[in-house]
Amino acid sequence: MTIYLELFWSFLQVGMFSIGGGYAAMPLIQSQVVSRHEWLTMSEFTDLITIAEMTPGPIAVNSATFVGIRIAGFPGAVTATFGCILPSCLIVSLLAFIYYRYKKLSALQSVLASLRPAVVALIASAGLSILRTVAFGGEKMALENINWIGLFLFVAAFLLLRKLKWNPILVMSLCGVAGLLINLAVTAL
Amino acid sequence: MEITASRKNLPKLFFSTLYISAFTFGGGFVIITFMKKKFVDELHWIDEEEMLDLTALAQSSPGAIAVNAAILVGWRVGGFPGMLTAVLGTIIPPMAILSLISFFYTAFATNLYVALVLKGMQAGVAAVILDVVCGLGGNVIKLHKPVYLVIMAAAFAATFFLKINVIYIIIAAAVMGIILEILNRKGGKRS
Repeated sequence: MTIYLELFWSFLQVGMFSIGGGYAAMPLIQSQVVSRHEWLTMSEFTDLITIAEMTPGPIAVNSATFVGIRIAGFPGAVTATFGCILPSCLIVSLLAFIYYRYKKLSALQSVLASLRPAVVALIASAGLSILRTVAFGGEKMALENINWIGLFLFVAAFLLLRKLKWNPILVMSLCGVAGLLINLAVTAL
Repeated sequence: MEITASRKNLPKLFFSTLYISAFTFGGGFVIITFMKKKFVDELHWIDEEEMLDLTALAQSSPGAIAVNAAILVGWRVGGFPGMLTAVLGTIIPPMAILSLISFFYTAFATNLYVALVLKGMQAGVAAVILDVVCGLGGNVIKLHKPVYLVIMAAAFAATFFLKINVIYIIIAAAVMGIILEILNRKGGKRS
């Protein structure tokens, strides 16, 4: 029983104190899972982060599931994930209530109107960071490092979305398949 | 309160969040872009400005952005049951996938074909996000208020080039809003 409480409590802290998305959660998860409880070795933790980045879903939820399963099976995974999302459920619900209650106030209107362009900028930055990784494969931004296949896929996908309004998940899946086939074809030649 | 507690949308909400969560690789902003496409452009459950407000709230609250966004969208679409529905839809795919992978993780992480597919998908993700950004940025420009363009440009430089923590950027933009409101009121009195 104590193991479930420990898992719950550890991931509750991860959920409570990670503000600003996945990368903010990483050091917290590491301190709970590797340093404090020794549930994973450092090399297992690195594998976990790699997997979390390669699979859908938030890093915190991915880690809670992975660690929970290894420590206490499927019930462990559920306990850890529940702990990890509980603070969000409480705090964000409260914020939702405040937002919808006071949205009409002119002061809040003004704050929100200034936040919106900032949020657009944050999304743009996230998108361009991914594009940079795609176009230069994580290397320096120089002509010889350009990944032409990635760049081609990006341009094709962008046109399909922008001009032809294709479904985004379809476009993304097609990019995955096309990436595999083009790379295999290039290696075969 | 605009929170509508209608139950008829719950199945659709569940399958939408499940579908989005199962296919969105990468950080919280990726999932928010897909939610915008689904709930704003396709289903028209939420309007665009509201979605940006919810994004700011999701980003500045503790926890995973994807889960926070699901909580907000869930409340908006279906009240408390809606919130539970959206959260479940969002966490089931990563839980199921990670449970599977935890049993044979080294084989998965080193597989060449898996890596190539994921790399191709990254190009698609970048395209989806920047497509949405073009629409949103265009709407900010259409407001014809230079101050919002300055906020957008400054926020972009701060996060992309200076790597300033997004929390500070959000706080700064909120402070800017308060200053604008104060200036507005003063101006109103004078005229």
